[in-house]
Order: sequence, then structure tokens, then C-alpha cells
Amino acid sequence: MDNINSLEAKFQQRIDDEEKIEARDWMPEAYRKTLVRQISQHAHSEIVGMLPEGNWITRAPSLKRKLALLAKIQDEAGHGLYLYSAAETLGTSRDEMLDQLHTGKAKYSSIFNYPTLTWADIGAIGWLVDGAAIMNQVALCRTSYGPYARAMVRICKEESFHQRQGYDILLTMCKSSDVQKAMVQDAVNRWWWPSLMMFGPNDSESPHSAQSLLWKIKRLSNDELRQRFVDMTVPQAEILGIRLPDDKLVYNAGRGHYDFGDIDWEEFWQVVGGNGPCNKQRLQARVRAHEEGAWVREAAMTYAEKIRSKKETSAA
Amino acid sequence: MKDWPLFEIFIRSKNGLNHKHVGSLHAADAYMAIQNARDVYTRRNEGVSIWVVESKYITASNPDESEALFDPAADKVYRHPTFYELPDELKHM
Ligand SMILES: [Fe+2]
Ligand SMILES: [Fe+2]
Repeated sequence: MDNINSLEAKFQQRIDDEEKIEARDWMPEAYRKTLVRQISQHAHSEIVGMLPEGNWITRAPSLKRKLALLAKIQDEAGHGLYLYSAAETLGTSRDEMLDQLHTGKAKYSSIFNYPTLTWADIGAIGWLVDGAAIMNQVALCRTSYGPYARAMVRICKEESFHQRQGYDILLTMCKSSDVQKAMVQDAVNRWWWPSLMMFGPNDSESPHSAQSLLWKIKRLSNDELRQRFVDMTVPQAEILGIRLPDDKLVYNAGRGHYDFGDIDWEEFWQVVGGNGPCNKQRLQARVRAHEEGAWVREAAMTYAEKIRSKKETSAA
Repeated sequence: MKDWPLFEIFIRSKNGLNHKHVGSLHAADAYMAIQNARDVYTRRNEGVSIWVVESKYITASNPDESEALFDPAADKVYRHPTFYELPDELKHM
């Protein structure tokens, strides 16, 4: 017991000194577990996040928009891969993680359980959903676990175009006609609150946060990140000429921040619990893609083995 | 079904620089690992050359032996040029 205590004290000292923890270093079991859960959830979110946008690839209004959307979605697949790989360094396997996603045991960001009804939704996702994700990910570039931090740096480099392509869609629509501007307003009305929910429960309701902050797995609390996101987004909405759907949204000179209204946490927990508009559809799509791809994975392995044995016989 | 093995990926960002570890991915064989690495790690001109090696072939030093391996270098100041004091009138060395 003494031994574990002193290992833990040493570990915390390294964290306090801003040293990164690497895959083979000693770490408390709970640190490892928290990371596996957080990184795999994050990976699942990148992968499931491709679905609502994939819905619009064939219906993008121009070739330019289609190319940009394809490139963005391809990036998200890569983000999933970076994160799955980072989680694998902690001793979990890809199959195990996919299994947990497909059986509904693992969570992913609940924002992806909302539908994409119009093309303006693609703009709103890039602007608000990627915007919120970036806010979180920039902070995570300084997370204490080395492989996770490196994945985040790579992801952040790729993300900034995602938000801009979304904003660009909305800007074009807002300038184009009243009808299109109304579509943007409708999309923002639907995506604003779920975007604020992306940062997770209030700090007072988030019991594990304190430990994660102490271990520097998280670098900023849910509420700090949410506030930063609101402060950043309000001026961007003004440029679009779009109203953010919150009567209580007002600049508070005393705090130097925007005040905003209460989040409907009941809705959040409903969606997390599986009762969002698209939960079933999303999971089904993932499971189907995995099952229908099984023969491809198998064929590739069989082919690789055939080549290998051919090489061996010709070498003999 | 047998799982696709894990490969470590190294990218040379431009000629004249070393290949650098960038991450890992699963692939059926080394050739597919290169193709996947190209798609995942070089979509924005990040590379001109790719190395892949199956992760199981990498032998890593043990973090528990870090002290034995790396601490002896710490007290050998005479390996650095700053250890040697030179007269002020000597301008270049
Ligand atoms: Fe992403
Ligand atoms: Fe993104």
C-alpha cells in the first residue's frame, strides 16, 4: 500500500511539473480507465459525427461545396483513427472499443443524434458544432497523456477549415435571399442549445471533473469552455445577422462575459439516454457499415496471407 | 477472423529531414499500411516518404530503467563546449 501511495505521489508530481505521461509509464488504474473512456468516447464521436453530414454529400448545392464537405468528413474519419490509436496505447483493443459502441455501452457526443433537415444545417454544424469541438480540443492539446495530446494537436490543425467552411455556407446563404436567411435562422435555432450541451453538465453536476482536472486530463472545466464558446460565437452571429435563440443572452460588463439562459438538461439526459431523434438510426448505420464491411476486412487479410506465403515459397 | 495487425507510421516531411513517428494504424499488410498512411497522414502535403513497421517488431526501452540508462549523462558537463573557459581575447573557437 505504501508503495502504491508513493507511486501515486510521484505520478502526481510529474503531472504538476507539466511532464507528459507516456504509454509505458506507471499510472494509476483510474487514470488509465478515465483516459480510455474519454478517448474512446471522443473517437466514437468523430466517427458517428460523419453520419449527419454524410446525409448531404449527394445533395450539396455545388461541386465546390461537395468537395469541401467530402474533405471535412474524411478528416473526421482520420480524427477517429488518431483517437482510437491513442486509446490502444493504453491497452484496449480496436475491436473492444467498436464492440462497446455497437452494443450501446459506449457513449458518443449526443449532438450527433439530431437530424440534418436542410443544407443550412451543414453550415450550422460546421460553425457551431465544430466550433464547440475546437474549443474543447484546443484545451486538450495540453492534456497530460502524451499520445492523446499529440492526436489533439494533429486534429486541431485540421479542424479550423471545418468551422470556416460551415460559416462560409451560412454567410453565403444570409447574403443571398430572405428565404435562405430564414433557413439559416431555423437551423441555428435548432443547433444552438445542443451545441452548448456539448460541453457537458455544469461543473456543480460533474463529480469526476475535479479529478480529471487534477490529473490534467482535462485542462478547463465544462463551464469555462462553454463560456468561452458563447463569448466567441456572439460576435460571429452578429456578422451573419442571425439571432441566437436565447432571450437572456446579454453582455455583462461586470464579468466581462456574456450571460446566457438555462440549458434544458432534461433534454440533454434524454438524448444521452438514447431517446434523441436519431439515436437508433445512427447506431444502426454504424453497425450495418461494420457488418457489411466484414467480408472486405476478411478478404484483405486472406490476400495479404496469400502474398506472404508466395514470397516465402519463392525465397525457399 | 484474424485482426489486422498494428503498424507504426513514420513520415519524412521533406527531403533532408528524418522520418518521424506520426502515429499508428491497422492494415492487412505493409503495402496497405502505406496506402492508409498516405490517406490519413499526408492529405495536406505533410510528407514525401513513408516508412511502416509492424508494432510488434519494435523493442522499446523500459521506463523503469530510465535512470540507469539516461542519468549517467547528467554529470558529464565536460562533454559540452561551455565547460571550457577560454581567455577573453580569444574571439572565435
Ligand atoms: Fe473532428
Ligand atoms: Fe471537425
